[in-house]
Amino acid sequence: MARKYELVYIVSPDATEEQVAELHGQVEAVVQRMGGQLEKTENWGRRRLAYEIGRHKEGTYVLEMINGSGDLMKEIARRLKVYDTVIRQLIVRVDEHERVAEHKRTRRTESSRRRRVARGLPPDRQPGEGQRSEFEDDRDERFDMAEDLR
Amino acid sequence: MNGRKGTGGARGKGGPGQGKGEGQQRRPMFRRRKVCKFCADKIDDINYKDTKLLMSFVPERAKILPRRISGTCALHQRKLRVAIMRARQLALIPYTGE
Repeated sequence: MARKYELVYIVSPDATEEQVAELHGQVEAVVQRMGGQLEKTENWGRRRLAYEIGRHKEGTYVLEMINGSGDLMKEIARRLKVYDTVIRQLIVRVDEHERVAEHKRTRRTESSRRRRVARGLPPDRQPGEGQRSEFEDDRDERFDMAEDLR
Repeated sequence: MNGRKGTGGARGKGGPGQGKGEGQQRRPMFRRRKVCKFCADKIDDINYKDTKLLMSFVPERAKILPRRISGTCALHQRKLRVAIMRARQLALIPYTGE
């Protein structure tokens, strides 16, 4: 069964453009070979790390969205571990999350439409109609007790 | 009406709070009822890549802001925790403050 995964890996800042491209090629090759498909690739470019990893303070982030099996992701993870230019990697399975979020969203819009119709209003909210004003200035006071923690 | 959370918090502060506060004014008894940000804004999936959102729940010491302060509901706090832990792994968010 095909599952959907997100892979993010951080390439060391010393690595050249070609090395980053080569890593991407490697991932792509494995995906191809093991019958998955690469849905999307995003290069976030060089970013500052929130903490030092080894001696690195920066890194190039690459995100890949992959459809495939668990074995495929295992193989990719194993391969990425071999390269010392890859300083961090994370694989997350996302299909379940997306399904749940989607379900919630449709449920919410449906129920709000139903309630609006029951009140004799058009099912979708009209522009200029809002109820948000009550919460608009809550941001400033949201964490006002945070200092008590320290 | 004032929410239960609000009054409870204010009462809890009343006794010991007076001891440590020198210039500090007594907190007013009324507190705004806290609302879960994710329920209010209808954010369904809390994504680990959304650093800006996550950072608002990670104060300086880089600890995860507890529910009793942020007002996040249990369901979303759980999801938030997972997202923060993932973001930490990717060095998008610090594990500790400086």
